Amino acid sequence: MATAAVPTSVLQLRPASRFGDRAFEWLTFAMSLGVVVLVILVGWQLARGSHLAITKFGFHFLATSTWDPVAEQYGALPFIYGTVVSSLLALIIAVPLSIATAIYLTELAPLWIRQPLASGIEMLAAIPSVILGLWGIFVMIPWLRAHAFPALKAALGWTPFFTGPIYGVSMLAGGIIIAIMILPIITSVAREIMRSVPNLQREAAYALGATKWEVTRIAVLSYAKNGLFGAAILGLGRALGETMAVTMVIGNTPQIKASLFAPGYTLASVIANEFTEATTDMYLQALFEIGLVLFGITILANLLAQLLLKTMTRKMTTRVAQ
Amino acid sequence: MKLTALTLVLTALVSGSASAQMTINGAGATFPYPIYSKWFDEYAKVDSSVRFNYQSIGSGGGQKQIIAQTVDFGASDGPMTDENLKSAPGKLLHIPTVAGAVVMTYNLPGNPAVKLDGETIAGIYLGTIKKWNDAKIAALNSGVSLPDQEIVVVHRSDGSGTTFIFTDYLSKVSADWKSKVGTNTSVNWPTGLGGKGNEGVSGQVKQTPGAIGYVELIYAKQNKMPVAEVKNSDGVFVGPTVESVTAAMATAQIPDDFRFSITNPAGKDSYPIAGATWLLVYEQQNDAAKGAKLVEFLKWSMAKGEEMAKQLDYAPLPQELRERVLKRINEIKF
Repeated sequence: MATAAVPTSVLQLRPASRFGDRAFEWLTFAMSLGVVVLVILVGWQLARGSHLAITKFGFHFLATSTWDPVAEQYGALPFIYGTVVSSLLALIIAVPLSIATAIYLTELAPLWIRQPLASGIEMLAAIPSVILGLWGIFVMIPWLRAHAFPALKAALGWTPFFTGPIYGVSMLAGGIIIAIMILPIITSVAREIMRSVPNLQREAAYALGATKWEVTRIAVLSYAKNGLFGAAILGLGRALGETMAVTMVIGNTPQIKASLFAPGYTLASVIANEFTEATTDMYLQALFEIGLVLFGITILANLLAQLLLKTMTRKMTTRVAQ
Repeated sequence: MKLTALTLVLTALVSGSASAQMTINGAGATFPYPIYSKWFDEYAKVDSSVRFNYQSIGSGGGQKQIIAQTVDFGASDGPMTDENLKSAPGKLLHIPTVAGAVVMTYNLPGNPAVKLDGETIAGIYLGTIKKWNDAKIAALNSGVSLPDQEIVVVHRSDGSGTTFIFTDYLSKVSADWKSKVGTNTSVNWPTGLGGKGNEGVSGQVKQTPGAIGYVELIYAKQNKMPVAEVKNSDGVFVGPTVESVTAAMATAQIPDDFRFSITNPAGKDSYPIAGATWLLVYEQQNDAAKGAKLVEFLKWSMAKGEEMAKQLDYAPLPQELRERVLKRINEIKF
């Protein structure tokens, strides 16, 4: 009796459950739309908060280097430069490390050690930014100044990137701190991607007599290339907006110098530094515009990355088709 | 049993809300936050019917909030500009509370006692004096062996009242500074590294041989950092202390709207790089009950609060100034 009742009740419920489905669809649609609306609202708010500065400085805001709150002259170029360079440095340092770690964790490490190691790396992401910054000031900077930077200068001093006086606080220090902060996210995404590579791929490579390195290179890395690129972009997105720890080690000097030993400044840092004590309208507006620029750069970086990813995939598929 | 307990809790809640405390909200400067929170704690013992809620969001925020009337009082480390005062919906009063000094700290082999004057400090921060054994520094420090070392200049990177006082002083003693850089909570620094907060600057100075930086007196004192004596306008070298800051306020010219600067004042005992901090209140209070309580508190702060300043290394206002401020407090209408 009871077993017979089940199908009929399901049948009876059909119209109701269809309504449920539709409601669920609408709800999820509204939520995903909400995220997009939020992004647009943020952009609109930033533009509204900075319209005076935009009309007053125009394009000069992006192209000049003077940041003078006394004379109310604002130019964002050194901040843009600092944000881009420190983030790229961070990627250069973090991406190879992360991918190597992910390879070890998915391909080489003994099984029992994989999970503890992976958890340990994810733990790095749990360290608050300001704590890393303090560690940066009191541990990393003195070590960089006393040991790492002089060695770099001795080895690579002939390039323009490692010249000039060594203060410790510098663009390079900022890049290193950001690298530490984005390592966990890139590593864990890269690890997931490599884990999703079908074992068939590996087995096929092994069957051809490939060594471990060849299996990793041919079967895993080339298969996971797009995903790994995506992981790096995720890291870049975070790197562009990193604020507190970077502010504490980058030296906060708005200048454009080729040497990575020279102090720099980032968009996020200048907002964090000056927002609370900005008393005049134009000053506040200029800081809002800095926010708008940072917002724009982040979106631009993501768009570029997606474009690159698309061309990469197209190339790959055409190659496969041939 | 359970019911009685519930009733008790409910009664407690109801009676609690019946004798509801009045909350007076304030926001602004971070520099005086420790003394203000001490005052509010102590004042709760004097008048338990009122509670103060103070958010140290920075002077810029304090001025914005009081103009927007989202708080009952604002607080700022620098006096408001005429332009900002005009944008307020009513007449805003500046109530000076305490003062602090900005000290020059440095990192030299053996950390000898160093003497500086305004012109030299301006030269260092303009980047024209580049080495510790520069003739200008040596002339002030006979008998001190100064190394042939680059001066690493460190300044605050975050906008702050400390920077305002420091640059205000330099603008007064150096025409070059005034025309090239000027006075503000952040400026376009001609040279040097930026450290975030007192701890950022002191961290940088402590670790970098040959560095010089400026921090708040309280911070330097509590961290036992070497500080320079600075030549005042009477030609005397004075070290930064609570007393020498109060002395500076006693001799400074203070106008009736209390928007004053006490950098580089007259008087042989005055330390020249110092500044006050202010509470910002409307002369005409909107809420009579709150206004009355606020005025009571302000009076108490002048009478009793000032005495607590020294314990926390803030300089209290001199007696004569306190009386002038009290007179102004009495003019607040509610």
